[in-house]
Parts: sequence; structure tokens; C-alpha cells
Amino acid sequence: MVRTYLLKHTLQIVVLGVLDGIAIWIGTSLALQVHYLTAIILILGAVGINYIYLSKRTYAMRYLLPGLIFLFAMVVYPIGYSFYISFTNLSTGHILNQQQVIAQITDRFYTPDDAPTFTYTAFKNEAGDIAILLHGSDGDLLYFQGEISPVKGSDDRFVDEDGDGSPDSFLSYDVMTLPQIIKSLPNIEGLRIPYDGGTIRLDSLRSFKMSVRRYSYNQDADTIRDLQTGTIYKNIEGFYTSNDGEELYPGFKVWMGIRNYLSLVLNPLISGPFARVFGWTVTFASLSVLTTFAIGLFLAILLNDPYLKLRRLYRVLVIVPYALPAFISILIWHGLLTNMGLFNHVLLQLFHISIPWLENAFWAKVSILLVNLWLGYPYMMIVSLGALQSIPGELYEAARVDGATWWHRFSRITLPLLLMPLAPLLIGSFAFNFNNFTLIWLLTEGGPPINARTVAQSTDILLSYAYRLAFQGARGNQFALAAAVSVIIFFIIATISAINFRLTGALEDLSKNV
Amino acid sequence: MYSKHTILGSIIRHLVVWLFIGFAVFPVLWIFSASINPTNNITAQQLIPRHIVWDHYVELFTNPQHPYAIWLWNSIKIATLTSLLTVALTALSAYAFSRFRFKGRRVGLLGLLLVQMFPQMLAMVAIYILLLNAGKIIPWIGLNTHPGLIMVYLGGAMGFNTWLMKGYFDTIPRSLEESAKVDGASQFQAFTRIILPLARPILATIFVLSFIGVYSEYILARVLLTDTHQFTLALGLNLFIHGQWGNRWGVFAAGALIGAIPFLIVFALAQHLLVSGLTRGSVKE
Repeated sequence: MVRTYLLKHTLQIVVLGVLDGIAIWIGTSLALQVHYLTAIILILGAVGINYIYLSKRTYAMRYLLPGLIFLFAMVVYPIGYSFYISFTNLSTGHILNQQQVIAQITDRFYTPDDAPTFTYTAFKNEAGDIAILLHGSDGDLLYFQGEISPVKGSDDRFVDEDGDGSPDSFLSYDVMTLPQIIKSLPNIEGLRIPYDGGTIRLDSLRSFKMSVRRYSYNQDADTIRDLQTGTIYKNIEGFYTSNDGEELYPGFKVWMGIRNYLSLVLNPLISGPFARVFGWTVTFASLSVLTTFAIGLFLAILLNDPYLKLRRLYRVLVIVPYALPAFISILIWHGLLTNMGLFNHVLLQLFHISIPWLENAFWAKVSILLVNLWLGYPYMMIVSLGALQSIPGELYEAARVDGATWWHRFSRITLPLLLMPLAPLLIGSFAFNFNNFTLIWLLTEGGPPINARTVAQSTDILLSYAYRLAFQGARGNQFALAAAVSVIIFFIIATISAINFRLTGALEDLSKNV
Repeated sequence: MYSKHTILGSIIRHLVVWLFIGFAVFPVLWIFSASINPTNNITAQQLIPRHIVWDHYVELFTNPQHPYAIWLWNSIKIATLTSLLTVALTALSAYAFSRFRFKGRRVGLLGLLLVQMFPQMLAMVAIYILLLNAGKIIPWIGLNTHPGLIMVYLGGAMGFNTWLMKGYFDTIPRSLEESAKVDGASQFQAFTRIILPLARPILATIFVLSFIGVYSEYILARVLLTDTHQFTLALGLNLFIHGQWGNRWGVFAAGALIGAIPFLIVFALAQHLLVSGLTRGSVKE
């Protein structure tokens, strides 16, 4: 019974076995690195997977699980985490959490004026290992093989050959002269010898000194006390801050509420550029849809004409831009529009002018729209051609009989009948361009700059602005602010999608069909 | 709507069409000309080169300063693996949604649709931090690794493609699997031996859509890959234009044209599949 079961499910058992092995291996290494919570989640996940693939009751989950894991790990969780980040102050200087920062700050040392001082004798063996004999006021200490211990008065490991009162060798170690010490200084300087609650480290060429922890953390009051100066630092918005406003670095990650969103609206240094970027994003996306649709529809009408010879060949030739990867086309266009590129070359020869296509804020916007027109009209032409062919010819015949002009036929028949099926695609195109990072970044990199006070640049769209805040800013990684901008885009795109679903009735259809 | 043209009307129409053909085609012609021009300088280039040289193509693959072959290979590798895995994973989950009735099925389907409304790239900061931390525990799926990037792409591909595939599976009659099961096939065997071969057009469609999408993807690759040798083609080619090699126009041109080839091949191979797959998937039985 068991045997036939095993035979029938060999593959299942082998795969599960391998996965469990990997899970245990990673779980163990996680536990060793003190990531207990992650380890527990991983092991629980592994148990769940075993259950799903061994129980009959969860049969459908066996098919769903592989995809769901990636969907949750790489989409659902990151979206939720983005929302969370946007309510924190996560940014350069506020990356670590509070415990990590306290641990880091309380591990700092200083040397009090009245700290014990030690003169020393250094020894070295042939392998280059160093031993230090420290002479303090309360007797000698030996630092040897990573351990420190007091030395009793008569220790026969030390040999004083010339009888001058200081030892010349220690086991196989020989005493070091000053020039030898200077040569080995990097090693000796790096020594941190833990002793009596502090550490002993090199203070000058001829002496070691005891240093003690500088900060102590008071858990009840959540304050840090500077033992050297007596200053108390209180936990204020991600920094331990003294009454004088002095902050201890690094800061840590804290909950900020809607502060990031408020600053996008109220802080004039941020809200001005943000409003500008927002405006350009909407303008850019709208104009892109408008121009590509206008040209696409125009060409579709022109090339749908049964009296036009060669129209099949023409259709193929005008959709050439559609067949190239966009990132390659955009880079080619950058080459054409650059200061010394083809466009200015021709303009100079013919009219003795040149245009700052990518260097001037206005012309950079024109260039972006021009390139997007080139990239986008073939798609609009293809979908318009399809929609045109579904309009019954009798409508035009009837209009002609009634004496309608060309414009009337276009505006009363063609356009309304086209817009019905195409509206969702136009809205989809708007949503796509709203986040068309590739175009902006490869053509202008968002440039030219506005001014030195903001990271936003003239042709930045919201997404490229968020990218810049997070990864390219002069003030480091402003992750939280970038996440807030992303969340705003989330809501705009979600609204657009909702309108689109309503328009197509897709949601009703789907909920009937599922 | 249309009527016979006058001669003048005909001439004007052809002229207008040729104007647009010029607009559509000249950047491609210009870049091809640049790739075989003796000069590497953008200003000195002439549309019709005095003589044809292939030096730029040779330099593209031999100059160690720009590892073009590695970028091309990275892009093809990442796009192919992502697409294959996307097809496999979406086929599995679409089959479950199409054939099984289980608790949470409806919620799951609508949930997929909802998740699809949020573009994944907007979570770039969270994904960056996720991979940063994952890399501290398992280095080969962290930042600057291809497995990490592929896993990110896989998550983003699930929603839309599962819906597309489910629509297609719904059109395949259940009676086929029923009879296979009567003959002793398990559910999973019925899925792999009966349904998958019948669903070949939609599998190919999703492979092609995914390949084209991943091959052209820019922002997530840019956020997650930092080392030049890990770059995809989109990141690498950008260095010719915005990076340190701005004055190698001819070499860039060669790289741009060769980089378009894998895209074109996949596009051309599957064009007829795209049409049949998309139309059949969207129409109910």
C-alpha cells in the first residue's frame, strides 16, 4: 500500500524532498544569522507547502501555489510595503531601525582624561604575530593570542638576557624596537583589547590607554546619555536629539503619519516642483494620446480607401516603428535630436538656425511628444483600421442621400462609432504614457534641470521624479518621499482603470463569467 | 465613405502617404547608414556613405570596453527564462481557475484583476529593499542578480496572463479530459497531455507577449542591476548615448540594429499565433 503510493508519487515526493531540504538549509542559516522571525516564517511556509501537495483537499492549490508565491512576494507584498514606507521617514540616514541604531551608538568609545594609561613592550614572533606587555600602575597585563591576562611578578616565560630589568624575549617572541613598531603600526593601532568594561587601544606611539563606552541607553525613558558630557538625547522623530537640537547620527526609521503627503502639498520647496511635474505628466499623457490617435486615425482613413493603389504596401511601411523595441528607437531619436545630430545639421544647412531640442525645457517637451508620436501612431492606426472596417457602409450611403458633407459624415458617423470601441484603448494608452519612464529617461533623462533647489527636472513625469528621489537625488535615497509619490500614482492609475472597467462593462461581464 | 479620386486628389493622397512613410522609415535608414559609414562621428555622417565598412560591427563585439555580447546574451537569457516560466506558472493557475471549483475561486479571480490595476514598477522602492535584504540571506537572488530580476518579472506577469489563459482554457470542451480520465489518466496527465497541446496558440501568445515585454523592460532592470556585466541590452545601449561612450555613434548604430533582431524574430515567428490566440482567448464558447 505504502509502496504503491510511493511509486505513484515518486516525482511529487522527490520534488517536495528537495524543496524541504533547501528550506531546512536556508532556515538553519537564517537561524544562525539570528533572523529568527524570517526562519520561522520560512519553516511555516514549507510546512504549508507540504500540506498542500500531500493533502487531497487542497488539490486546486497545487496548481495555483507556484504562481501565487511570486505574485505575493513580488507584487502584493511590495505594494503593501510601498504604502507602509510612504508613512515613514525611510531615507539615507534613516535606514536602520531603532534597536540597530541604539546598538551602534552605545558601541562607541571615548577616552576619559583620567583613564588608566599603560606603557608597553611589544613582542613579535617569526610568523609576524604580536604580543603586548602592558605596564600599568597596578601591575602588568599581557595581551597574547587574543587574550588578556595579568602577569605575576615572576613569570619565567619572559627572559631578560641583558639584565636591564625589561624582558628581551617571550617564548618564541622577540622584543620589537621602535622602528619595528612603527613598521607594524597599522596592526598595533587596530588592536581593541577588551578589559574591565572598556577597551584598551593605542593612544600614542609609546602608550596604550583605556577607553570606555561613551553612551548609555536608558530603556525606561528611551533616552541616550552621553557619559563624557552628561548630555541627554531624547528620541525625537527618528533622531536622538539633545535639548540644544544636536542630533546623534545615524537616525532611524520611524512612523511619520501623513507627513510625506503633506510636504508634497505644503512644503514650498517640494510642492512647487511636485505640482509642476504633476502638470507635465498629465499634459504629456493627454497630448500623446491625442496626437497619436489623430495621426493614426488620419492614416487609417487614408489607407482604408479601396481606390488608393498600393495601400497594402503602404500599410506595412507606415507601421515600421511598431516593429522595433521602443528603447532602441528612443535612443536612435536621441541621436537625431542631439545638439550635433541630423535635425540640427539639416536646419543649419538650410536655414542657418539650430534648435536646442533636448537642452531647452520647451523644446525638450516638443521632442518628447514628437518621438512618442513616432512610437505610438502605428498602434492607433492598426486599431482604427479594425474599428473603421466594422462601420457598416450603408450609414455613409444614407448620409450621402441626405446631403451630408464630408465633415458631417466624419464627425457624426465615423468619430462616434470609432470612439465607442476605441475609448478603452485610448484610456489604456493614457495610463501607459502616464508611467512611460523609458521614453522620458532614454530621451532626456528628465532634463534639463529646473534649478539647484530641487531634484525635479523640466521633463520629469511623476514616475521618473519618484525614481530620482529614491535613487538619483543629491541628498541620498529619499525612499519615503518617493514611495509617497508612487502611492499617489497608484491611486490615479487605479481610478483610470476603474473608469475603464465601467466603460467596457468588463467587470460585470467577468463577474458573470467567473 | 470613399469615392473615386480625381487625378489631382490621387496625387495628393500618394504624396501625403509618402510623407508619412518618410517619417516612419528615415530613422531606421539613417541608423543603418550610420552603422556602415566609415566615420564614427554623428556630425560627419552622410546618408549614403562613400564606401561601406563593417568595422563598427566588428568593434561592437571585440572592444572589451563595452561588453555588448554579454548584454545581448543577458537580455535573451532573461527574456527567454522569464517567458518560459511565465507560461508554465500561468498555465497551471489558469487551469485551476478554469476547471476546479474551490473556495475562494471567485475572490481569487477578481483579486488577480485588482492587483493588475497596480503597475508593479510603482513598487520599485519596496522591491529594491526586498531584494537588498533577500541578498543578505541568499546572495544569488539579491540585488544585481538575474534570478532576482526574473522572479520580480514573474510576479508582475501573473495577473493579466492568467486571465488571458483562463479565457482560452474555458473554450476547450471538458469532455476531452473526462474521456482521458476514463482511460485511466490522472487529472495532471489530462492537463499536460490533452489540454496543453490544444492550448498551444495561447501558450505561444503569452510567451511572445512576455518576451517582447521583458526584452524592452527598462525601469526595474535599472533599479535592480548595478554592475555593467549584469546589464540587459536596454541598460547597456543607453551607455552609448548617455554614458561615457557618447562619441561612438557608428558602433551604437550597429548595436541598435543587432539588438532589434531577437525582438523581430520572436515577433515574426508568432505573428499568426498572436492573432488567433488573442481572438480565441477573448471569445466565450
